[in-house]
Amino acid sequence: MTSQALDEIKIGGLGASRKRVEDNRFIRGTGNYTDDITLPGMLHMEILRSPLAHARIKSIDASKAWEVPGVHLVLTGEMMATRNLAWMPTLSYDTQAVLATDKVRFQGQEVACVIADDPYIAKDACELIDVEYEPLPVIVNPRQALAADAPVIRDDKENQPDNVIYNWEVGDREGTDRAFEQADKISRLRLHYPRSHPSPIECCGSIADFNRSTSKLTVYMTSQAPHIIRAAVAMVAEIPEHMIRIISPDIGGGFGNKVPVYPGYVCSILASILLERPVKWIEDKSGNLISTGFARDVYLDGELALRNDGKILAVRMRTEADHGAFFSDAQPSKFKIGLIHSTFAAYDVPVGHIMARGTYTNKAPGGVAYRCSFRVTEAMFFQERMMHAAAIDLGLDQAEFRRINFVRDDDFPHRTPFGFLTDSGQYGECLDVGLKAVGYEDFLRQKEEAKKNGRLLGLGISTMTEPLGAGNSREYDILGIKMFDSAELRVHMTGKAIVRTGAKTQGQGHETTWAQIVAHELGIPAEDIVVEEGDTDTAPFGMGTYASRSTPVAGAAVAMASRKVRAKARKLAAHLLEVSEEDVDWELGRFYVRSAPDRGVTIQECAMAAYSNMPDGMEPGLESVSYYDPPNLTWPFACYIVTVEVDPQTGVWDVLNMVAVDDCGVRINPMIVEGQIMGGLTEAYAMANMQFQTYDADGNCVGANYMDYLLPTAWETPGFELHSEIMTPCPHHPIGAKGIGECAAVGGPAAFVNAVMDAIGDTGVRNIDMPLLPDRVWEAIKYRRDVSGAPPVRSDD
Amino acid sequence: MTTVYDDLSDADTGDVPVNRIKFTINGKKKIAEVEPRLLLSHLIRRGLGLTGTHMGCDTTNCGACTVLVDGRAIKSCTMLAVQADGHEITTIEGLASASELHPLQEGFKQEHGLQCGFCTPGMMLAAKQLLDENPDPTEEDIRWAISGNLCRCTGYQNIVKSVLWAADKLRSEG
Amino acid sequence: MYPSRFRYEAPRSLDEAIALLRDGGDDAKVLAGGQSLVPLMKLRFASPELIVDINNVPGLGYHRQDPDGTLHVGALCRHAELERSALLGASQPTMAAAAPLIADPLVRNRGTLVGSLCHADPQGDWASVTLALGGSIVARGPGGLRTIPVADFVTGPFQNVLEPAEVAIEAVIPAAQGTRSGGYLKLERRVGDFATVGVAVALETSGSVVTRAGIALTGVGGSTIAATEAQQALVGQPLSAQTIEEAATLAAAAARPKTDHRGSAEYKRHMVHTFVTRILSRTEPITTEPITTGPIAERAA
Repeated sequence: MTSQALDEIKIGGLGASRKRVEDNRFIRGTGNYTDDITLPGMLHMEILRSPLAHARIKSIDASKAWEVPGVHLVLTGEMMATRNLAWMPTLSYDTQAVLATDKVRFQGQEVACVIADDPYIAKDACELIDVEYEPLPVIVNPRQALAADAPVIRDDKENQPDNVIYNWEVGDREGTDRAFEQADKISRLRLHYPRSHPSPIECCGSIADFNRSTSKLTVYMTSQAPHIIRAAVAMVAEIPEHMIRIISPDIGGGFGNKVPVYPGYVCSILASILLERPVKWIEDKSGNLISTGFARDVYLDGELALRNDGKILAVRMRTEADHGAFFSDAQPSKFKIGLIHSTFAAYDVPVGHIMARGTYTNKAPGGVAYRCSFRVTEAMFFQERMMHAAAIDLGLDQAEFRRINFVRDDDFPHRTPFGFLTDSGQYGECLDVGLKAVGYEDFLRQKEEAKKNGRLLGLGISTMTEPLGAGNSREYDILGIKMFDSAELRVHMTGKAIVRTGAKTQGQGHETTWAQIVAHELGIPAEDIVVEEGDTDTAPFGMGTYASRSTPVAGAAVAMASRKVRAKARKLAAHLLEVSEEDVDWELGRFYVRSAPDRGVTIQECAMAAYSNMPDGMEPGLESVSYYDPPNLTWPFACYIVTVEVDPQTGVWDVLNMVAVDDCGVRINPMIVEGQIMGGLTEAYAMANMQFQTYDADGNCVGANYMDYLLPTAWETPGFELHSEIMTPCPHHPIGAKGIGECAAVGGPAAFVNAVMDAIGDTGVRNIDMPLLPDRVWEAIKYRRDVSGAPPVRSDD
Repeated sequence: MTTVYDDLSDADTGDVPVNRIKFTINGKKKIAEVEPRLLLSHLIRRGLGLTGTHMGCDTTNCGACTVLVDGRAIKSCTMLAVQADGHEITTIEGLASASELHPLQEGFKQEHGLQCGFCTPGMMLAAKQLLDENPDPTEEDIRWAISGNLCRCTGYQNIVKSVLWAADKLRSEG
Repeated sequence: MYPSRFRYEAPRSLDEAIALLRDGGDDAKVLAGGQSLVPLMKLRFASPELIVDINNVPGLGYHRQDPDGTLHVGALCRHAELERSALLGASQPTMAAAAPLIADPLVRNRGTLVGSLCHADPQGDWASVTLALGGSIVARGPGGLRTIPVADFVTGPFQNVLEPAEVAIEAVIPAAQGTRSGGYLKLERRVGDFATVGVAVALETSGSVVTRAGIALTGVGGSTIAATEAQQALVGQPLSAQTIEEAATLAAAAARPKTDHRGSAEYKRHMVHTFVTRILSRTEPITTEPITTGPIAERAA
């Protein structure tokens, strides 16, 4: 390296907390979200939704709606059926109703839609559609769904005699049974992870524009995975793939809510085809909360087989997943319940067994979403609640119990009891940093002191490692499409560049960070690099951004594409320097002659040469494309520690401290990484404290608007103390990065819950299911009993 | 806003009542003819094409639609456009001067106070009212002032830092 | 989220407003802050035929105190003004405690106290506060002025006694005879939530003896509840651990809460007891710091 090597931080390479490029338009209010877009001749669509959770449709009379001035089209299920569009395939090999034909199967299900000049008029017309329903018995939880006399919700399907979607198991049943027989102690816990909704502030929407003269369909839409949408539309709408263009503009938050294909998208597309005009559909918040992809709603029944010295011998998990009326999750097809079997990956547990069952109920479809990495939120919540309970059962210190069982630094690669291969980590060190930061010993003393004054303090630990970057083509696909991702890099003649990927940012800062990877690989200053995503006509194919997969997969593709460019630039450099390639060395931004380091050419000079001075036989231009099939998942690790004070009189709990120690490998942009962690911690806090959706016995959704679906404001949300001291690079990722977007949402909730449980530990209460609202905490303390299930029903019946 | 629609029906449609209003937005005087039921947020977004004011919910909770009316931060989805008659509206597009960003805008960029950007205009305008009234707010003051604005991405901590940054800059500029 | 069609008038005087309401019949609504009415209209739970917007009627935005201590709050006085009010901070502890807890800061910039009382939401905070203070509403109609005690104002959820052509023009809080103290505590799960439980306490004391007690409860019945027995138990007594406990117990007994997703009836009654105790146990008037979460929730100003 010579003194002419560029300063990586100065040019915005890896590790630079570069200010975000996308901010420039957002702070001015000139972002380009789907609802901001207006096309000439555009019409507006509103959806009529079912008020009932389960009912036969006896008749639909839309005649009055058609008569409203300004109405162009009223679509019903019957009309969709004549075009084979009443049902559509889901991303989980099921089918979902686009507009109801025979029955409605959840409250809020789409029944009809109106397309009019104006959304106000469309709404007026919706109100005039007369639907006659014949109510049917309602099923609101798996227990009801599995009852012998339960009505079959999916009587539209052949070979569906009941409400079971799948049975799945993984692990070693016999080995696990043997381990349990040998256990000194068995810890048990029954948990319900309540239904939650990702609820980004921006709702879902689309503008479908079918152009008769070009036969091309363009759809602007809120999609985290535009290429998946293009594939789905090609399947459903019988328009050839090359005549479909999906454009995801700026997206106001995704969190997994904007991955599935929603009926509104399909209706807007058909309406545009029929009317030959652009049709805009923007849902309202109630529509979003009541019908789009929710998350969680699983029952987790767990057992740990333990030795008295604290060693975990085996883990058993039984899971009931409530998927609502249609199985429409986006998840790798082999894994019916996502990656829930990543549970206990950070602990050296020799054997385990998981059985999982999914059922239909009369609720909105979904289950896998919300910063969950395909149900790793459930896996890690289960893990850390079990760890907390087991430590108590064994009479061991919470931190020590975890430390005893951690996979040790030199035990990698490590095969988890359910077949994952983790490759790196410094778990104990992260725990150390966290304990020191929170002042562990001191706090335990304060806790005892406080008890004397009748004050309840508590500390909760939660650790997690999660399988990010799904995933290698041997194991991972969605609907048969492998889960690689891609990047295309073109360097212009003056050394500026453009990179496009198959990912789609919704706030994660890709326009800023992908340029940093290129800057790292090529020495081109990040500000000289433009990043584009989201237009299927120009972006290389990718499976989109969710499950924290973009840095691990698309980011890797960006690095590999950059390296291909560098390899060609090296040849150009040799040509310019008139030496052979073997004599050329690289430092950031520059190739130079090894034996005469002062002689060199910049990457910009190489770029110019690619257009004006190529060696004989070399193709001009300087660009590359990389499709990256990740060799393995990446495994970031985190340790979250929360301290709380609980007011026994009111059940209200206050967060005193929230310490987060995240090891996500190399951090491309530390500022952005911290932003992701804080966002995840807030969602963890929200889930632990107040966020939930539930259904009453008639299938009415509680939590279908922001009055009932509680999101914390700046007033309730605690502050966070973030630590980045421990950094274990990913051994297989081109830049050693692991991904971070969901870690805090995955590992955070258990830290809060464990803290509250610790504060009320003397009551002997073993579990309060989230959300830990004041009345639930109070009840647990007063009656010294567990509080299970979601509000309002104390225990699901 | 003129509405033209197809004459699809023989029924007598009757007159759609409209009101004529005059208001100032981001320093510019405007006249509009609007149905009384048109929400102020829709007048801003569709009538004026100022799409920096966002729609997030339908129960007056999220605050993404926040604008200033006569300097006060209000939820434009819960005000009728006709009520803007005779008043001054400031939206996010009116924060910056021709050449310079407002310190709040700079602050949000410097302190990573936004991720997806959807709640950001509303946050800034709520913060602007605070800073207009209290040039030296504490963290608690800020959290209180933005407690009507929901954010899903940032966890609020950096938003608070952004507003503190802006307050600092405004005080030092005198 | 789009209201149905309606006609709209923005009169510039009360007389004009009253005339419009009289001609508009049963299906006309007064619009002031709009923070309750407009959301209802957007959800189409309310679809009035005529909206009479009184925001352009001059001279209604005041809140002021007469020399004798009577407080007048005009129809267009916004919650935010009350939150900021030095006058309230100095002389109306119950109101000053409640003002910051109404909805959120943005809603407070538009919504009005009088409008909130007229809206008659069973979970409204001001209803409890004004009930505890023995307040009244002054209404003007075609027949002139009339004063209606808050205790008689609401007939059911979202229903009040105003005639179709009457406009509520101010709320009046009578002057205190003794020294005022009191407060308002509200358990809300987050800022902007309706009260799971809210308790308004308004006391007047002479020396150490309570001369007047108002205790009203939010969110624990189909309407605002006056805890009359608790009130009576305090009058003529000093505040002691014993009298406080008695009042708290009686107030809890007066509550008629329902078990729902905000909590069990038992919990809500318990919270009434807790809040009454906490307010009465203070030796100084409560500050205006809000109490939305936090066990040590009484943060000093």
